Amino acid sequence: MLFEDPVIASRFLTLLTLSFHIIYATIGVGVPLMIMIAQWIGIRKNDEHYILMARRWARGFVVTVAVGVVTGTVIGLQLSLLWPNFMELAGQIIALPLFMEVFAFFFEAIFLGIYLYTWDRFEDQRKHFFLLIPVALGAGMSALFITIVNSFMNTPQGFDIMDGQIVNANPIAAMFNPAMPTKVSHVLATAYMTVAFMLAAIAAYNLIKGSKHVYHKKALHLTMKVGLIFAIAAAIIGDFSGKYLAEYQPEKLAAAEWHFETEEGAPLLLYGVLDENNEVKGAIKIPYALSILAFSVPTSEVIGLNEFPVEETPPLIVHYYFDLMITIGVFMIVLSLVFWIGIKRGWAFVKATWYRWLIVLGGPLSFLAIEAGWWMTEVGRQPWILRGIMTVEEAATSSDYVGLISILFIALYIILGIGTVVVLRRIFKDNPVEKELKASQGGENA
Amino acid sequence: MTLEILGITVLWTFLFGYIIVGSIDYGAGFFNAYSIITGKDHILSNVIQRYLSPVWEVTNVFFVFFFVGIVGFFPDTAYYFGTIFLIPGSIALILLAIRGSYYAFETYGTKGHKGYAIMYGLSGLIIPASLSIVLTISEGGFVFIEDENPVLDYWALFTSPLSWSIVILSIVAVLYISAVFLTWYANKTGDLKATNLMRKYALIWALPLIITAGGIIYELKFHSPEHYERIIDLWWMFGLSFLLWIATVWFIWKRRKYGISVWLMFGQFALAFYGFGISHYPYLLYPYLTIYEGFTNQAMAISLVVVFILGLALLIPSIYLLFKLFLFDKNYLKGKQKKE
Ligand code: HDD
Ligand code: HEM
Ligand code: HEM
Repeated sequence: MLFEDPVIASRFLTLLTLSFHIIYATIGVGVPLMIMIAQWIGIRKNDEHYILMARRWARGFVVTVAVGVVTGTVIGLQLSLLWPNFMELAGQIIALPLFMEVFAFFFEAIFLGIYLYTWDRFEDQRKHFFLLIPVALGAGMSALFITIVNSFMNTPQGFDIMDGQIVNANPIAAMFNPAMPTKVSHVLATAYMTVAFMLAAIAAYNLIKGSKHVYHKKALHLTMKVGLIFAIAAAIIGDFSGKYLAEYQPEKLAAAEWHFETEEGAPLLLYGVLDENNEVKGAIKIPYALSILAFSVPTSEVIGLNEFPVEETPPLIVHYYFDLMITIGVFMIVLSLVFWIGIKRGWAFVKATWYRWLIVLGGPLSFLAIEAGWWMTEVGRQPWILRGIMTVEEAATSSDYVGLISILFIALYIILGIGTVVVLRRIFKDNPVEKELKASQGGENA
Repeated sequence: MTLEILGITVLWTFLFGYIIVGSIDYGAGFFNAYSIITGKDHILSNVIQRYLSPVWEVTNVFFVFFFVGIVGFFPDTAYYFGTIFLIPGSIALILLAIRGSYYAFETYGTKGHKGYAIMYGLSGLIIPASLSIVLTISEGGFVFIEDENPVLDYWALFTSPLSWSIVILSIVAVLYISAVFLTWYANKTGDLKATNLMRKYALIWALPLIITAGGIIYELKFHSPEHYERIIDLWWMFGLSFLLWIATVWFIWKRRKYGISVWLMFGQFALAFYGFGISHYPYLLYPYLTIYEGFTNQAMAISLVVVFILGLALLIPSIYLLFKLFLFDKNYLKGKQKKE
């Protein structure tokens, strides 16, 4: 399959590259904010633990940024290599945010370079802190612009088509399309949330492994708090995303919910399986919840999948992606909320090893939710690449070598993935917190 | 100036920027590897690491800027080049990825693994070589249209003396540009040994550079007579470029004014590069695509130009700050730390 059909091969390779890039991209968006928070607290409270936290996070960040940059470069060029017809058409309307994104990267890259190499160069620590603002801003802007491109693919607007040609192009209107507000804010909130829980997982792991140092406790408390805030934000914005879908992409929502018949007061289905007659078996049914998600009103009417021509309905597998994302989202809110209340109230079990293992699990789970969210959005757009205008089939390259090239990229991602883990382990294993704190107390400043 | 010309000028300028910054980076990696093999790494590594560390990401953005920009200004290039560039483009991408990440892995993680350094150095020569194929393809004669889809004739490409000369030129240019720059840089850091070594490399690669460059013009005479005619019309640009080359070599030979040599070298490449670009006008892909047919719509073009100007207003001060702190800061150059 992979070697015969360039369309399937291109889809496969895009799926692979984006799923890999998004891990590093999420880290790239979220970590600068976390470093900022830690360094700010450190300066305010004059607490060297927080400064060290910022320093160690920054040290790990360099490695992930490098892989983020190279995989981003890959996907950027691959869009033209694999989807030449799409880029030819879309380039005329949506090239603007792509172009702006490059400036955002540029901006971020420059200041990141300066920040990383000037730890000990300023007398006034705040000067060094200010260098972080453009880094975090640049990363957020990149996410903003690239997500705008993606929302345009879901709700293209800002142009007319006459005889297959684009006319009356309006790049600004194309950027402010209906999908953009929910998508951009959901992507940003989930990136911050995921990174907070990733750092929480690391802190919890160190505590489990026997380190009693208060550094890890401070890190855990800080990250869990930030994680909770953004997890709640993610859920609220996710709810808005559902309303957006109900209005503009009802087929995606219906496919994600296995909602076949148009009905009022529609229930939300979680998990389950489909039998050969498309009957849902074994699902958890939450009455009225789908109507609420779609329109805020329990009795409102939600359009079913049967209203759409078969060749325009997305693959039904997106149901599982959707459920996975929501389950993880709810789980993380509960986990961090209980932790937070537990710390306030002095509940012992939130400090127990089993609870800390759950926090460790939360890191990878959050990344899984990111992946699942994207799979649901992108697969749920099928068969369209530009919804209602161009299908994936029409967009793909005609080259026969995509299958072959995919093998090379699989190898590349395996190397990069393993490389990241090995290098990060080496950086931190040889240099535990205790050792670094001792070194800095031995004289010079952190 | 029409929007088409403005667009291609902006892009060509960024490509030029990438060629210069990238060459310095790629060449430095190669010299680093070479000095490790020959046991001279104690002379060079310090200078090279010091320069490379803060700037490598910026180099990469130049490249991204170019390919994102060209799809913005000339969306049709995505269709033509996207289809035919799959293999060379993917190879270059994979090498770029390995190179960028190993660099980070090595500098921030483990220090001084020989194997990495050598792969890193070699990839710096293969990447420009595989990217330079785009220039060859754009000359025409290697692409034909089959069932309305552009197809690349790999055999013709691999057996063409033109494509091999361009590959060789790209490699030699990388080594030359980088050697001239690092001579100046090493001199600035006050490292006499490194300066002398880099100076030697610069002189070694000067002659091969001018021979391959001349050879390409000669081969174009047979491959693309039309392009050759236009190059001859622009003889003064290439002539001036040649004079600048002589001046650069002379200064380096005499061990004088390394800073001016770098500027002369930039000028030499700029003249040749823009001369080549102007003589290629109006084609993006001969004979299928010109900058006029492939151009985007008015509204997009104008907004891209506006964003470009605003972007520069943001970036130029930032780049200035970067250079001030690293490239031109005396204490940083000499490896000293100072509190500000
Ligand atoms: C940590 C990750 C994470 C978590 C916990 C959630 N999401 Fe999400 N979701 C994403 C990560 C994500 C994402 C990866 O960021 C997506 C993919 C595309 C996008 O715009 O954001 C997304 C898309 C996405 C969409 C589709 C938007 C579209 O197709 O345009 C909807 C309807 C929701 N989400 C709804 C929710 C709800 C109701 C959640 C309740 C808890 C939720 N998400 C939690
Ligand atoms: C600039 C924004 C984006 C563009 C232009 C884009 C483009 C595409 C294209 C052309 C496809 C192939 C069609 C398909 O098979 O579905 C695709 C699929 C996919 N994209 Fe996006 N995408 C964008 C953003 C993202 C992001 C940010 C992610 C996050 C990881 C993502 C994840 C995916 C996935 C997982 C698929 C595979 C879907 C499948 O196999 O059917 N996309 N995208
Ligand atoms: C089709 C989708 C995407 C494309 C074409 C793309 C393109 C790129 C490119 C070209 C780079 C490297 C830039 C450089 O050289 O510095 C990059 C890096 C990056 N991308 Fe993506 N990207 C995509 C999806 C995303 C998404 C969805 C996000 C955020 C949610 C994101 C965030 C980032 C960040 C933050 C970086 C900087 C590297 C880092 O800090 O880790 N990208 N991307």
